[in-house]
Amino acid sequence: MKLRLLAFAAVVAALALFPLGAGPYPVKLLQEILIWGIFAMSLDLLMGYAGMVSFGHSAFFGVGGYVAALALARSPGLASALVLPAVAAGLAALVIGFFSIRVGGVYFIMLTLAFSQMFHAYTFQVSWLGAEDGLVGIPRPAVPGFALASLGGFHAYLLVLVVLTALVLWRVVHSPFGHVLRGIHENEARMRAVGYAVDRYKLAAFVIAGVVAGVAGSLYTQFNGSITPDAFFWKTSGEALLMVIIGGTGTLGGAMLGAAAFILLQSLVSTYTERWMLILGATFILFVLFVPGGLVGALRGRVGLRA
Amino acid sequence: MPVDIFAQALNGLAYGVLLFLLSVGLTLIFGMLDVVNLAHGSFYMLGAYAGLSLIAVTGNFWLALLVAPLAVGLIGAVIERSCLRPLYRRPPLDQVLLTFGFIYLFEDLVKWIWGGRIRSIPPPDLFAGSVSVLGAVIPSYRLFVIVFGLVMAGLLFLLIERTRLGAIIRAGVFDAEMTAGLGINIHRVFTAVFAFGAALGGLSGVIAGPIQSAYPSMGVTILVPALIVVVVGGLGSLKGSLIGSLIIGQAETFGKARLPEAAMLIIYVVMAVVVLVRPQGLFGRPLK
Repeated sequence: MKLRLLAFAAVVAALALFPLGAGPYPVKLLQEILIWGIFAMSLDLLMGYAGMVSFGHSAFFGVGGYVAALALARSPGLASALVLPAVAAGLAALVIGFFSIRVGGVYFIMLTLAFSQMFHAYTFQVSWLGAEDGLVGIPRPAVPGFALASLGGFHAYLLVLVVLTALVLWRVVHSPFGHVLRGIHENEARMRAVGYAVDRYKLAAFVIAGVVAGVAGSLYTQFNGSITPDAFFWKTSGEALLMVIIGGTGTLGGAMLGAAAFILLQSLVSTYTERWMLILGATFILFVLFVPGGLVGALRGRVGLRA
Repeated sequence: MPVDIFAQALNGLAYGVLLFLLSVGLTLIFGMLDVVNLAHGSFYMLGAYAGLSLIAVTGNFWLALLVAPLAVGLIGAVIERSCLRPLYRRPPLDQVLLTFGFIYLFEDLVKWIWGGRIRSIPPPDLFAGSVSVLGAVIPSYRLFVIVFGLVMAGLLFLLIERTRLGAIIRAGVFDAEMTAGLGINIHRVFTAVFAFGAALGGLSGVIAGPIQSAYPSMGVTILVPALIVVVVGGLGSLKGSLIGSLIIGQAETFGKARLPEAAMLIIYVVMAVVVLVRPQGLFGRPLK
């Protein structure tokens, strides 16, 4: 436990000091990893702990991103940057979750995917959201104590949020609530028989994951200064799924590790070939077939550590 | 005005039977293997592109309509044997994730081989013109699609309900383990059903070609309405797949013509209403 906390502090310190020794490109890459890492961790809460594999997690990433873009353009403060996107994404998760959890099982997969594509089709078409060009020229928020316009300032702000998110999610999965989620994952029928309101727990997990994904989407808008319908596209959900699978489900840290592996691989591969999607698909298939525990699972097996 | 509505109803019917050909493969595969095949749209796309090339080489649409689905079915058989079979002992979700990976793989493969731009596929000469049906003028190819789809639906019902093979499939859907216990080589049936479903996906791709053209993201574009069809009709039900397709076909076609701003939302509204009123779908088995 103490060891783990120490390792966590060391990683955070290294991430905080990274901009001092690295050029702007690696720092931007790291920031992208951190944002996707938050998104992947939120999906891991669903996949790895509650056992609900959403194929439409991009819905909340996109809602967070678009709400942040609309709000920041009007008043660039913390409320626009974090509170509104989180609340909006949470509400979207409440509605989509209500329908998807109601039917459950394989229908959950189909409904989450279908709903996320509904958002994509809508944003792609309507002019008030910029149609396929999306919303551009979004200012970063003014946050006391952080110079967000600078690379280092944004890095500090981002890192604070990543640490907060990681701690909150860690707290959630180790709370009694988190144990109930794991129980549902293991044996839903038994949890129901014992008297837990399984659907309510699932919906709560879905909303929490939606809120965190919304924050990630908002950070993505702030990072790029723009947001497009691509945020809602199935590929966005798929990338988060792959990050969780590469890293290893049910470990939070694995999701972050998966995000790092994914983004680094992407930037490396794209310099050599245009066939990134092909490699992505093959990686997906190979990990599902041969490395079901992900990188974390493989490392644990190698080093002999236990969970 | 009534002529307009009639023409739209025919267009909706053509789109509906297309959705049926696609979703019936999805529902058969699920019924048998318990896998939601997210790569089903990719089979549709592969069918369209294979059809495109076969027509370009042979100049014969009918040959393409026969050969392209066979090729896609073969790809399906290979995927089932090599990738899905090792996963049957794992949680069913792993298989869905695997099929999801194939979406990326096939989309990029198609871009690599055929390029990223939209390619139109000519209808067969026999159905290149338009016909007037009770005053409504529609492309004769769409009329062919309607007849072809309905004949296929009839043949599928006969195959499933009246033949020995159909009886084996129905038994496998009901209880795969018991069926294996009765001396049926269930693994061979799994491969055959997956290949057959994939071939149906490929077939609908060739059929859709002259109406919707071929482009790399067509697979996922059609996957979503196909998923909505099986949610509405009930997963694993042939009848549900047919009725669901016809409903979604009409809802989308009429939505586009009457309420263009809300068109893409209509099918989701239909889906949401069905989930609320009858969660297992119109013809699905009760959930849980």
